[in-house]
Amino acid sequence: MSILVYAEHDNATLKGVTLNVIAAAQAIGGDITVLVAGEGCAAVADEAAKVAGVSKVLLADNAAYTHQLAENVAALVAEVGKDYTHILAAATTSGKNFAPRAAALLDVGMISEISSVESADTFKRPIYAGNAIATVQSSDAIKVITVRGTSFDAVAAEGGSAGVETLGSATDAGISSFVGEELAKSDRPDLTAAKVVISGGRGMQNGDNFEMLYTLADKLGAAVGASRAAVDAGFVPNDMQVGQTGKIVAPELYIAIGISGAIQHLAGMKDSKVIVAINKDEEAPIFQVADYGLVADLFDAVPALQSQL
Amino acid sequence: MKVLVPIKRVVDYNVKVRVKADQSDVDLANVKMAMNPFCEIAVEEAVRLKEKGVATEIVVVTVGTKAAQEQLRTAMALGADRAILVETDEAAQPLGIAKALKALVDKEQPQLVILGKQAIDGDNNQTGQMLAALAGMPQGTFASEVNVAEGKVKVTREIDGGLQTVELNLPAVVTTDLRLNEPRYASLPNIMKAKKKPLDTVSPADLGVDLTPGIKTLKVEPPAERQAGIKVASVEELVDKLKNEAKVI
Ligand SMILES: Cc1cc2nc3c(=O)[nH]c(=O)nc-3n(C[C@H](O)[C@H](O)[C@H](O)COP(=O)(O)OP(=O)(O)OC[C@H]3O[C@@H](n4cnc5c(N)ncnc54)[C@H](O)[C@@H]3O)c2cc1C
Ligand SMILES: Cc1cc2nc3c(=O)[nH]c(=O)nc-3n(C[C@H](O)[C@H](O)[C@H](O)COP(=O)(O)OP(=O)(O)OC[C@H]3O[C@@H](n4cnc5c(N)ncnc54)[C@H](O)[C@@H]3O)c2cc1C
Repeated sequence: MSILVYAEHDNATLKGVTLNVIAAAQAIGGDITVLVAGEGCAAVADEAAKVAGVSKVLLADNAAYTHQLAENVAALVAEVGKDYTHILAAATTSGKNFAPRAAALLDVGMISEISSVESADTFKRPIYAGNAIATVQSSDAIKVITVRGTSFDAVAAEGGSAGVETLGSATDAGISSFVGEELAKSDRPDLTAAKVVISGGRGMQNGDNFEMLYTLADKLGAAVGASRAAVDAGFVPNDMQVGQTGKIVAPELYIAIGISGAIQHLAGMKDSKVIVAINKDEEAPIFQVADYGLVADLFDAVPALQSQL
Repeated sequence: MKVLVPIKRVVDYNVKVRVKADQSDVDLANVKMAMNPFCEIAVEEAVRLKEKGVATEIVVVTVGTKAAQEQLRTAMALGADRAILVETDEAAQPLGIAKALKALVDKEQPQLVILGKQAIDGDNNQTGQMLAALAGMPQGTFASEVNVAEGKVKVTREIDGGLQTVELNLPAVVTTDLRLNEPRYASLPNIMKAKKKPLDTVSPADLGVDLTPGIKTLKVEPPAERQAGIKVASVEELVDKLKNEAKVI
């Protein structure tokens, strides 16, 4: 078995989720090569070379890959990946963008967002908003897979000493270009990697009231998330949405505040270790998954919680 | 320009599905079906492009059983001009579906193909990207804003870190995210009118595609159930439990 892992990074540092993907690769078993594609990203390749269990790093450093445009990245992954038995990427918006495209270029199916490895060709993945777990088997020669980061414990970032090989040619498909981006800036931990996540829903009433959650989060070293309703209403930006069609989180502690607990929201957080729900409606479905439920008005409970921590 | 909108018939999003006792699949007997919510957003976007005078014709297509005609009619009631059913009883997978769609793209020559980013049953999030690859088109996935101008389309995408805007040559593939628009409801007169709009049926063989899936579902299980928790009476009790019982803060 030979496995190609696509590294997630921002051209400067390797994103933590790549360590979870490498863990999934180890569960499959075999030689692990990490592909780093970007621009001015040699430091990322060096970082990847140090990761435990990595035997080789391929570096594609070219302007065509600066912004991870799917047209260019998928072409590269399909070209490099044709010599491997497995191609793995994180189930992030980046992995979800290029991996199906690369699979189609290779004329193979794809297995999205696996939550466990049963064998080299058999995997588990959640379907129907996590209300069912399918065990699927692929007969394709190359298995293209995205990995749900929260389902695999990260491998050690240090301990490896792989060689870095630079790839010569690059292709710019020339059919798409990057215009700009608006990235959320925050000193709080990344939502999908945080040990504690505090999420607010429609019950928060407006964006200003989220300040209460930010203050609380800073006391707990937590990240702040939201329900779709809070994002749709414009209280907070889209990158904070937790759920079936947003981000999947599985922290040690998840605190849902003013969130009813729709199945689409639960799909994104019900693998959290401890769930706390604060809601004024004692019938709210969120209480069915909460370890600790507090029936209270959040505008009383959140300040009280703040003062007691 | 012509816009092609592939849609999918799925379980209504309000339904909490259950797994069959023999673990072969989820139980879809007597369950309410509907158009995938992301596909409703795709149809709505196409209709708005037509209302703005950018699109001239909207063709909706689905790969599925005869029953999916219902969702095609719904799409036409919302404003699509005609529909194509690629009829099959095969539980087709994204690669096969993308191949069928590619054959239709060759035939229909749309300038824009708008799909949902993900079907809420399979949760694959693959079909649009695969179609784009097969058709050699650029892709604007997870769109929250779409602007067509001067032979190009600008797409603002919802990404993990925030928003990204890309510019794509036409023809292009766009997949919809939740914030792109709020779909309208079909009015009764439009539902009546939709009954008279053309709906063609073709077979995968007509399109020269084989929908046999390469990925086999061995079993389908219910997820691990969470233990029922407790209600605490006060914030003090909550803090105490988190510190001393759960030991998470
Ligand atoms: C295709 C599709 C995809 C979706 N994807 C997602 C997703 O990824 N993530 C997601 O979250 N949702 C998703 N949804 C939406 C989901 O179905 C729900 O509509 C949404 O989660 C509801 O958000 P909410 O709980 O904040 O709002 P509501 O359901 O309106 O609940 C608000 C809660 O706040 C409580 N409350 C109000 N005021 C107070 C107060 N003062 N103190 C205490 N409690 C209070 C209320 O009792 C209520 O329980 C999706 C829906 C569809 C159709
Ligand atoms: C329990 C279960 C068992 C299954 N078992 C099998 C099996 O054994 N073998 C098998 O082949 N399949 C099986 N399937 C079906 C398969 O997993 C997916 O449903 C199918 O591959 C489509 O994926 P998706 O709908 O998640 O696509 P996505 O890529 O998430 O869909 C994105 C978008 O693509 C478009 N689209 C998707 N499907 C269609 C379509 N049919 N027509 C037109 N446009 C479309 C829509 O615009 C949609 O919004 C099973 C599904 C389930 C739930």
